[in-house]
Amino acid sequence: MERPKEFKDQIKDLYTVITSMVLVIGIGILSCVLLLINPEIIKLTKDDSEYLTIVIEEDEDKIENGIHIRTGFIDDKGLMEVINNCTNCHSSKLVIQNRMSKEQWIVTIRWMQKTQGLWDLGGNEEIIVNYLAKNYAPTKKGRRENLTTINWYQLED
Amino acid sequence: MKRRSFVKKAALGSLATLIGADIVFGATMPEGYTPLALGDPDPFKLFGLDKEMVLLNDKPWNIEAKAHLLNDNITPNSAMFIRNNGLIPENININDWRLTIDGESVKQQKTYTLKELKENFKHYSYQLTLECGGNGRSEFTPPAKGNQWTIGAVSCAEWTGVRLKDVLEDAGIKSDAVYIGYHAADIHLSRDPKKEPISRGAPMAKALQDETLLAFKMNNEDIPIAHGYPLRLVAGGWPASVSGKWITGISIRNKIHDGTKMKGKAYRVPCKSVAPGEKVKDEDMCIIESMPVKSLITYPKSGAIIKREQKLHINGHAWAGELTVAKMEYSIDFGATWTACSINKPANRLAWQHFSASIRFPENGYYEVWARATDTNGVSQPMLLPGWNPKGYLNNACHRIAIKVK
Repeated sequence: MERPKEFKDQIKDLYTVITSMVLVIGIGILSCVLLLINPEIIKLTKDDSEYLTIVIEEDEDKIENGIHIRTGFIDDKGLMEVINNCTNCHSSKLVIQNRMSKEQWIVTIRWMQKTQGLWDLGGNEEIIVNYLAKNYAPTKKGRRENLTTINWYQLED
Repeated sequence: MKRRSFVKKAALGSLATLIGADIVFGATMPEGYTPLALGDPDPFKLFGLDKEMVLLNDKPWNIEAKAHLLNDNITPNSAMFIRNNGLIPENININDWRLTIDGESVKQQKTYTLKELKENFKHYSYQLTLECGGNGRSEFTPPAKGNQWTIGAVSCAEWTGVRLKDVLEDAGIKSDAVYIGYHAADIHLSRDPKKEPISRGAPMAKALQDETLLAFKMNNEDIPIAHGYPLRLVAGGWPASVSGKWITGISIRNKIHDGTKMKGKAYRVPCKSVAPGEKVKDEDMCIIESMPVKSLITYPKSGAIIKREQKLHINGHAWAGELTVAKMEYSIDFGATWTACSINKPANRLAWQHFSASIRFPENGYYEVWARATDTNGVSQPMLLPGWNPKGYLNNACHRIAIKVK
């Protein structure tokens, strides 16, 4: 009684092996045929990666509530010229923190050209300086400002 | 078996494509940025900072504390401001690290390995106050160019190292020595290897002080990378830019050091005071030496609401450059009256001092607690901004916090 069961099991195992082999070979042949028809198919994943990059680049210049998300710059005429010329060496954060008049922005540009390796901005200089002087102009703070942005909280004893 | 290995290879192939995707992704990252964790330039994780630290600039790194984060007597790394002028050195190998003592006024040029520095000279530890010359710049009108520090570009950590004096004397100092200048391994923002992001220094008298260290430890651990690992010059009480990070050389000069950010208007103020916004010629600008008297209320955090019967405990730190703080006061009536705080002696020369007071408020309402320190020369912090200067240095105006009594 034990022997036929063992035989049956062996048949079962063999059946599983043959089925899986047929499946694997089948898939293999199918893949080869598909490859022969269209060799580009193998680059499918690479295309995916390129697609990914494009998505990132689209995100790079996203504007929300008038702010260029990636850099934090105010969206206005000259934004792209500023990004392309003013964020290669230093962060946009350095620009955004500062407040200067048109004359002072020009002085800063000259200083960067003289000492920091900034190139001649050509026709873009006027566009860049106008953008900066308009959007990052100084405010008068006087000799001492009121305390602002106080986050009130209950202080327990 | 063969088929299985074929499947394996196919899987590896797709992995390679995945890595390819990562490289493509990497190409869109800003140049000059080394991703420690791929695509994760979070400086708070990178440098182990408190989440409340304020990021002013990420290229180069400039990060400041808020007053309440500085409540510890010895500033921990998590609350220590970072002011970098260039990019942090890449691929630091401490076995290859060398310190060279040279310059016109060195008796003989000498080079030390880190091991030699540590083994050949006696070690000293000091708590040293380091404040950025531009701390408080954001308050000046007309505004000054640069990182807009508010109040948090100051720290007092414990530094351990060898005395600069011992090393300079080992190489030999000629009698015509005037100044030292440091050289470091950081990288200029333009990545031009011929440019030094910063190379400042100090007169011989400061260089030869007991507390001026070539430090290799901060708070008993290796100096964190952002603060100058593996070797930092530490000169407490002077603009923190004198305390060069990632030091590879000290030049003993027979004239005032002329490295990057020693000339022009950098770390200089008008020799004679000027009106706000006035143009000042470079030759009328003088190098900042000792920092002025200043203080910070580090507890409680501004914005506390207390009950009428509640006493308010305040504490903080005060410092005075080369001097010590002789008197500490607070005012709750915008400077009309001042009350003394208790203040400790410094742990050592050039360490900040700790003050505290308990305040009772006369009635309900909005208050500001102002703190004012006075140094041993009788000079106090101004309540208004001190003299305007083109680069916005040395704002030591009184710190204040907002309080509501209900």
